[in-house]
Amino acid sequence: MSDRLSHTDVEHVANLARLALSPDEIEQFTEQLGVILDHAEDVAALDLDGVEPTAHPLPLVNVLRPDDVRPCLDRDEVLAQAPEAEDGRFRVPRILGEAP
Amino acid sequence: MSLIGMLMVGESGAMPEYEAVIGLEVHVELSTTTKLFCGCPNEFGSEPNTHVCPVCLGLPGSLPVLNREVVDYALRLGAAMHFDVPPESIFHRKNYFYPDMPKDYQVSQYDAPICVNGWMEIDGTRIRIERAHMEEDTGKTQHIGGGGRIHDATHSLVDYNRAGVPLMEIVSQPDIRSAEQARAYVSELRGVLQAIGVSDVKMEEGSMRVDANVSIRPVGTEALGTKVEVKNMNSLRSLGRAIDYEIARQIAAMESGERIVQETRGWHEEEGVSEGMRSKEGSNDYRYFPEPDLVPVAPSEEMRTEARAAVPELPADRRARLVAEWGIAAQDARVLVDNPALADYADAAVAVGAPGKDVANWCTGEILGFLNETGLSPEVLPLPPDGLAELIGLVVDGTLSRSLAKDVLDECLTEPKRPKQVVAERGIAQVSDAGELGAVVDEVLATNEGELAEYRAGDEKLRGKKRSFFFGQVMKATDRKADTALLNRLLDERLG
Amino acid sequence: MTARSTAAAVRGGERSARSVVEEHLAAIDAREADIHAFNLVMRDDALAAAAAVDAQVLRGEDPGPLAGLPVALKDNLCTRGVPTTCSSKILEGWEPPYTATVVERVLAAGGVPIGKTNLDEFAMGSSTENSAFGATRNPHDVTRVPGGSSGGSAAAVAAGFAALGLGSDTGGSIRQPAALCGVVGLKPTYGRVSRYGLIAFASSLDQIGPFAATVDDAALLLEAIWGHDPFDSTSIASPPDPLGDQADVSGLRVGIVEELTDVDGIQPEVKAAVERAAAGLEDAGAKVERVKVPSCVYGLSAYYLIAPAEASSNLARYDGVRYGLRVDGADVAEMNAKTRAAGFGAEVKRRIMLGTYALSAGYYDAYYGQAQRVRTLIIRDFARAYESIDVLLSPTSPTTAFELGAKTADPLAMYLSDVCTIPSNLAGHPAITVPFGTGASDLPVGVQVLAPALGEAVMFRIARAIEGLVS
Ligand SMILES: [Mg+2]
Ligand SMILES: [Zn+2]
Repeated sequence: MSDRLSHTDVEHVANLARLALSPDEIEQFTEQLGVILDHAEDVAALDLDGVEPTAHPLPLVNVLRPDDVRPCLDRDEVLAQAPEAEDGRFRVPRILGEAP
Repeated sequence: MSLIGMLMVGESGAMPEYEAVIGLEVHVELSTTTKLFCGCPNEFGSEPNTHVCPVCLGLPGSLPVLNREVVDYALRLGAAMHFDVPPESIFHRKNYFYPDMPKDYQVSQYDAPICVNGWMEIDGTRIRIERAHMEEDTGKTQHIGGGGRIHDATHSLVDYNRAGVPLMEIVSQPDIRSAEQARAYVSELRGVLQAIGVSDVKMEEGSMRVDANVSIRPVGTEALGTKVEVKNMNSLRSLGRAIDYEIARQIAAMESGERIVQETRGWHEEEGVSEGMRSKEGSNDYRYFPEPDLVPVAPSEEMRTEARAAVPELPADRRARLVAEWGIAAQDARVLVDNPALADYADAAVAVGAPGKDVANWCTGEILGFLNETGLSPEVLPLPPDGLAELIGLVVDGTLSRSLAKDVLDECLTEPKRPKQVVAERGIAQVSDAGELGAVVDEVLATNEGELAEYRAGDEKLRGKKRSFFFGQVMKATDRKADTALLNRLLDERLG
Repeated sequence: MTARSTAAAVRGGERSARSVVEEHLAAIDAREADIHAFNLVMRDDALAAAAAVDAQVLRGEDPGPLAGLPVALKDNLCTRGVPTTCSSKILEGWEPPYTATVVERVLAAGGVPIGKTNLDEFAMGSSTENSAFGATRNPHDVTRVPGGSSGGSAAAVAAGFAALGLGSDTGGSIRQPAALCGVVGLKPTYGRVSRYGLIAFASSLDQIGPFAATVDDAALLLEAIWGHDPFDSTSIASPPDPLGDQADVSGLRVGIVEELTDVDGIQPEVKAAVERAAAGLEDAGAKVERVKVPSCVYGLSAYYLIAPAEASSNLARYDGVRYGLRVDGADVAEMNAKTRAAGFGAEVKRRIMLGTYALSAGYYDAYYGQAQRVRTLIIRDFARAYESIDVLLSPTSPTTAFELGAKTADPLAMYLSDVCTIPSNLAGHPAITVPFGTGASDLPVGVQVLAPALGEAVMFRIARAIEGLVS
């Protein structure tokens, strides 16, 4: 049993990830994430000062496209996939907070 | 001295004086043809959700490809505002959930922006600029019900036409000390962005958005106070008001012993107040990490050289040139340069030989008045710049008086006619031939012998009065076309 | 009959594409109920595409190198107007308004998409049991898993439901199921095949690749789909060299990767297969030695930080606003959270949680940053090995196909299935698995050939040679 994470940690992470987890899931993930993170400890513990991180396996730079217009999607086709649409737009329930 | 300046000084002298410490974050929409990462048109005001594709809608499986023009614009901005452009810059993902953001992360730049350490001079003070970076805009949300206010709405509607529009975020150091200076900074920034042709910078349409970080501290201290971010200012005027309000609010809090809370406040222009903004708990852990779908931008020497070459004369240099070369007042130079199209118009008139001072006079006076009244832009005036030069030439060579010239201009601003054509049609050329006008003067004096006698006998006051009488009679006789300078000289000669 | 010879027959007018497709549809009708390789069989579309190919041949046109070949598409490849689900409830019923580049290329080459295959939800898993639409079973033994996450495509090719298959490989998701199903599967060099239209799991690791019954057929499909795509910024611009048909290995230097062969829990027959393949290559004139790629031992841990971190961001967009599932909530945040809770399965949630944690304030450096540094070490170690070696050899999977349910309760045990395949993803290198006989219970065993970036040609040479050893 790992005690790397608390329920509160897991709840905080669930909140960041926008997942409405059940108490059972919180319980389960607290345990499982702890075990996985214990396993990752071999990596976390390495002394890698001076080693550059690799974000990308390819050494490409400057992949740029010309500023030319391309066809857009048909609005009806796009909105047909929307859970809810109104007035040519995507409808969502009320928003409680301003954008950060 | 501004309102705040007075507030800061206080009345009793017992109160400490405060100084404001302000940093500005400016978001500017770039006027590229297409969006940042896809080929959808970058256009304002189209039907909702018609300028969208898999990429800017964040559809599963779509991938971004960077618009070269955005990089070129960023480099041009870098060259215009003394930025360093590091060898390589990268994009990060800024992760947070919000319905106007199709991928629920914003592709932005984080610790490796394209431009760092720039500056701009504002009325002799150097304002350092920490960074300028590229990022994507969000969609637009309309709140339905509750008067359109977010908190009272029943639901919201999202249009993603704006999602993915390229933005530059320009972040100043906290080097600004007053609302007035903040306005001057934004105004100068706007001028530069306009001059280099990367944005149409319309604050009212939201293509330029300014957030202010404001704190106060006792004058003479170095430590920074708790900073408050103020948002939602939609004009220069509202920026100034919001900052003044925030400074006053913080001083009042400080004076009454309250703690200033680090927060984000929204400005309400109509009410003239700001209010703390609600945002979701934990939403400021953005979990930035390098965007794996994009590769680094490493501007080549060629791209850098092209960017430098694309920087035209900037507003500050232009104002200095007009003052030096045309001999006009700094304020007039500012009025002209703040309206770049009008300054171009004036430059074009000077280029065909008109004296700068006269051109500036007409442009900042009658022509600017006409433009403001009609909402037209100088490019569409029926009178081209060389037409203005022609009009000025008619004044200089004495064909028209200033007041006649104004009449001619009025006609030329509404109808496509050259000034000389109007003069010919109306027969309003001024009588500026000394012989011709001298004959009229002589006749007026001859037919008014009595008046002339009174003049000769009168005191200073009466002489003045009689001289005006003769002047008026000549003007009447010439249908007001007499060259007034010449007339004055002729009267001086005749009356001694 | 190989796929290449079938396509040649269709191109030459000796066989109709329709008959090829009908034959495969018949195989599907016979066994799909037991195997469940597909989320959707595109029967009508496939017959229509076959008819179009036949019409082209009739007009004297060449439909292309894949003429009439049924291709199974992993259901994380976007197909316009055809449901694309990632085997997730959150995308159930979604019909993309666009088609993935690889699918466009398959169509342009005369290939016939025959169905969308099952996968572990969002490609997260190694058994194809994490599917919202039920598990896929191994055609060699339906009580066992086909591997994953591209288990549907692997099973479809193994069962003769499709001549060729497409999958995606983030940590072994093509190679491991190919090995468990006894077919050829490969992950090309990162950037060789366009990811445009592949629903992302972990963007810096994901790569699309082919499944086929033979090495040569895998080459046929790879050559049809690879090459630069301007819609993928990570696509390699330089044109790939043709793969050729060489199987001569004389003089080639082959290294057996110790760290990937002497792993805990490896089945003896799997290890033995690698040794036998190496011996066979030596007999054929290759020089074989054991080599060390030390940092490979950190591969699994690094992978399970990097992949979930990227996934947590890639999967944020499934929020109930624009497409897919929505579960109502009083406000938008509640709607998002309920939708995601209902739409994602346990493994996807687990990885989103793990990745969110690994990126969150205070932990980035210790986890994500550190894992990216390990990635650098692995790339360095491979580079060192390739200074004196042409290709590397290892098992593909530590075990043969395991029983359904055997590992579902223990995430870590499941993760260990990818221990041999992950390093190639972290390095961005190509790797292929070739069936090499059978182990216990007559289950297929795969041998993995690893090559340096852009080393597909030499990799295929060795793979052909290994395939030749079997027959
Ligand atoms: Mg920003
Ligand atoms: Zn777009």
